[in-house]
Amino acid sequence: MQAVSKKVLDRARELMRDGTVSRVAGWKAGEFFYDCEPALFETEESLKDLVYNRFCAANLSKFLITNDIASVADRGRTLVLLKPCDTYSFNQLLTEHRLSRDNVYILGVGCEGMCDVDRIRALGIKGITGVDESEDGKKLTVRTLYGDGEIDVDGVLVNKCETCKGKAHKIFDELISDNEEEGPRGDRFECVRELESMAPAERFAFWQKELSKCIRCNACRNACPACSCRKCVFDNNASGIASKANTDSFEEKLFHIIRAFHVAGRCTDCGECSRVCPQGIPLHLFNRKYIKDINEFYGEFAAGEEAGQRGPLISFEAGDREPNSVSDKGGD
Amino acid sequence: MTDTCNVNVQCSGSCVPGMAKDMLLPQLAVVTAIRTDTPDVKTFRVESVSGQPLFDHMPGQCAMLTLPGYGEAMFSITSSPTQGEYKEFSIKRCGQLTDALHQMEVGQQIGIRGPYGKPFPVDTEFKGKNLLFIAGGIGLAPLHSVIEFVRAHRSDYGHVNILYGSRSAADLVDLGHIQSDWMTEKDTDVYLTIDRPQEGWDGHVGFVPSYLKELAFGPDCTAIICGPPIMIKFVLQALIEMGFDKKQVYTTLELKMKCGIGKCGRCNIGSKFVCKDGPVFRCDEIDELPNEY
Amino acid sequence: MAVNGSVKKIRMSDLDRFFSALSLTQKVYLPVEKAGQYDYAPWEPGVSYDPEELHTVKSAKGLFFPQSEDLIKYRREGLSLAIGPVAPEDEEFVVFGVRACDVKGFEVLDRVFLTDPVDTYYKARRDHGTVISVMCPKPEETCFCGTFGIEAEAPGGDVQCFITGEDMLMEALTEKGEALLESVSGVGNTNGDGALLPAADETDLKAAEEVKEAHREIMKKLPLAGLTTEGFGKDADLLTLFDRPEWKELSATCLGCGTCTFVCPTCQCYDIREYDTGRDIRRFRVWDSCMYSDFTMMAHGSPRPEQFQRFRQRFMHKLKYYPDNYEGAFSCVGCGRCLKKCPSSLNIAKVMKKLGGADND
Repeated sequence: MQAVSKKVLDRARELMRDGTVSRVAGWKAGEFFYDCEPALFETEESLKDLVYNRFCAANLSKFLITNDIASVADRGRTLVLLKPCDTYSFNQLLTEHRLSRDNVYILGVGCEGMCDVDRIRALGIKGITGVDESEDGKKLTVRTLYGDGEIDVDGVLVNKCETCKGKAHKIFDELISDNEEEGPRGDRFECVRELESMAPAERFAFWQKELSKCIRCNACRNACPACSCRKCVFDNNASGIASKANTDSFEEKLFHIIRAFHVAGRCTDCGECSRVCPQGIPLHLFNRKYIKDINEFYGEFAAGEEAGQRGPLISFEAGDREPNSVSDKGGD
Repeated sequence: MTDTCNVNVQCSGSCVPGMAKDMLLPQLAVVTAIRTDTPDVKTFRVESVSGQPLFDHMPGQCAMLTLPGYGEAMFSITSSPTQGEYKEFSIKRCGQLTDALHQMEVGQQIGIRGPYGKPFPVDTEFKGKNLLFIAGGIGLAPLHSVIEFVRAHRSDYGHVNILYGSRSAADLVDLGHIQSDWMTEKDTDVYLTIDRPQEGWDGHVGFVPSYLKELAFGPDCTAIICGPPIMIKFVLQALIEMGFDKKQVYTTLELKMKCGIGKCGRCNIGSKFVCKDGPVFRCDEIDELPNEY
Repeated sequence: MAVNGSVKKIRMSDLDRFFSALSLTQKVYLPVEKAGQYDYAPWEPGVSYDPEELHTVKSAKGLFFPQSEDLIKYRREGLSLAIGPVAPEDEEFVVFGVRACDVKGFEVLDRVFLTDPVDTYYKARRDHGTVISVMCPKPEETCFCGTFGIEAEAPGGDVQCFITGEDMLMEALTEKGEALLESVSGVGNTNGDGALLPAADETDLKAAEEVKEAHREIMKKLPLAGLTTEGFGKDADLLTLFDRPEWKELSATCLGCGTCTFVCPTCQCYDIREYDTGRDIRRFRVWDSCMYSDFTMMAHGSPRPEQFQRFRQRFMHKLKYYPDNYEGAFSCVGCGRCLKKCPSSLNIAKVMKKLGGADND
């Protein structure tokens, strides 16, 4: 990862210097080595803080629209660093006319999988103060207040990276990557099949346990690139469901299920929802279930594969399955 | 504030003996009269169901009204404590809850809790002073209480000038009462203005700040202003030009409130809570606060 | 720690018996794992205490100030209205395993809810709850309680506990704590060879002192050990701090979610909302977040229309407004939850470093 990283930082500086772009949307070194935050760099000097490393999991596509960066043409173009999976979200936002392509210059950045500090902690490692990556990118040396240790990168990947969709960028102006050809990692629908194989009561208990941890902080929604509504129904006091807290066990499910249905067909499986959840709820499982169903009902479809595509849920063909096929499939 | 529940509230059997009465609990009240003041302002008279007084208040204080199914909102008490046991609220229709309030009929029961906030210093700083009231539109509501209080204790105060403006003649709140009572009150001058000329209006036409400059009151009085934020801003500018010190000028502010007791955390301007430290502020105090209201 | 009757000890392996004995008369809340995350939940047979877990996701504040609680129920019939208050909680309970930072968090909430006018609901829970703190085992890199003058080696509460290997020492600090320990004094240990809570002896106390000393050494090495409150607090100039241009940059990537607020032990802002059940209308109070756009939204607009203003409000509240109102006390206890949980990795430490005293950088 280090080789790509250095090239990315150098290229970002060049593009800023030669005037191709007026600002850079990237990641900034945080308080610790692992909490790189999305950031907008407005000057060449500020780019000294730009980083690209194993802890840059945040998807910058949503960042472009929450900050209206890509809608302001007269301020010049914005360079955005996109990992392969981030490009799907970008395309989807283009499809939904939430971004202006001309205002953005995309530097596709190669990715070998991002690491999740919570998974490092889950190994029982506490007081982490630093990390060094081995030359081959397979090991991490973790330095802590209580001694050092070595761990496998593979064991601490961010959830979404464990079943990476592949290292190919779907949209870019320029590319810095040395593994563009690498295919998917693992089977991302295996977890869905596991859920499907559960008895209804068991599946209900699984979700009950997970969703009852929800604190209704809205991090999943606010980080989700598919959640791009100007005003969310859950923020609309007139909707009758803007309660701010889960007042009962029905409501905690209501929020997540409605949200998952609303992004069905548009969700690119970028995994931000699960990554940002402070309670570690595997929210991506909802989305994957719907993606798998859509694939089975209407044929393979990947939202964000290309800009401008018509998703199966918003187009009609005479041979489409009838709605009751959903309940049939759901079993009892 | 945490005295034991004396059941002003009509409990539905679930009241717990010895339970402390929380500030967040409303009392039961009934709407006993409704007056339509303007196309979008109505004044509601509210009294307790039990016949006991609801609570004592001072001019400038507010109360939280509950409308079943719509929740609560804070309103300035328009009536003066000198006017009787009832509380009046002049309310402009401008959102969900106020829309619903305007649908109320006489006899409707509602919830009320209060009083909240710091009142105008009618017993201290205002005493013996000449007073200049400047109001725009529904901004008359909080000043109405002060004006009526002053009328009831007329000898405690000096000369009173009232400058009141609105969009049109029809938008002047409680115009009949102003003409019959305020304009005939001794040592009191009332100046009315509307934004644009209209048929049948032979009074002044123009915005409140410019009329204020025309009237050229001397700074030997205490000014009390309330109206839309933009009006307050220009009136304050005008007063400064006319030689007023900000210490002579009072206003009342409004921000979103939920608790009314400085705990829910949303109506703060800097370290001050509008519900507790306000809503009445002296203008030199406002200068020390961040511009976030 | 003086040698007197008030310091007891218990075998770590006997803790279940302790919880079980207390549970006969009241609920005992402790950090419980659920689908990989720890939060406070009532003890029940089969639940065991994990001394290694540093922090629950949500702080313990929810036991005194629940995320959602009913205030009144009311019913409308024609024009009339029946209002029924909901009685405040009056059941005794114990909360076990609270860290020093969270104990101080209760004090932050106390200043708001227990000053006149007192919040009846909060007070009822405070009156009926007994707090047992446990000194944190291994502070993490995100910890900075020392910045706010908190002594992690004296976690406080009604009873404070220290783990010395196989044993846990329990020191009652209040009458309530004393009474609680006394209430299980007649219970025997699991082995049946003595009391569950015998008095600690000199050796035990010495062991505790050693554990504390080792802890102090680690605290000194924490990456944020040098973070100070310089530049904030009662004496800082409000408008200068408010007008700092860095707020925009600091908040640029704020998603406007409520994660920081909801995991925070000191955030106490609330909303009051209503829910029509069809039979009656329930008015309930819920945690609210100043990070949300509707927090200050009124029919005619909001005084904080932009996210940077809402972000600024949260940190000004903790570092300036709260100290102004409560004799200089800060509304942050350095637990580090926001450092761990913010989806955009924004947090109070970054704010303090950027806007605070020169030593912070």
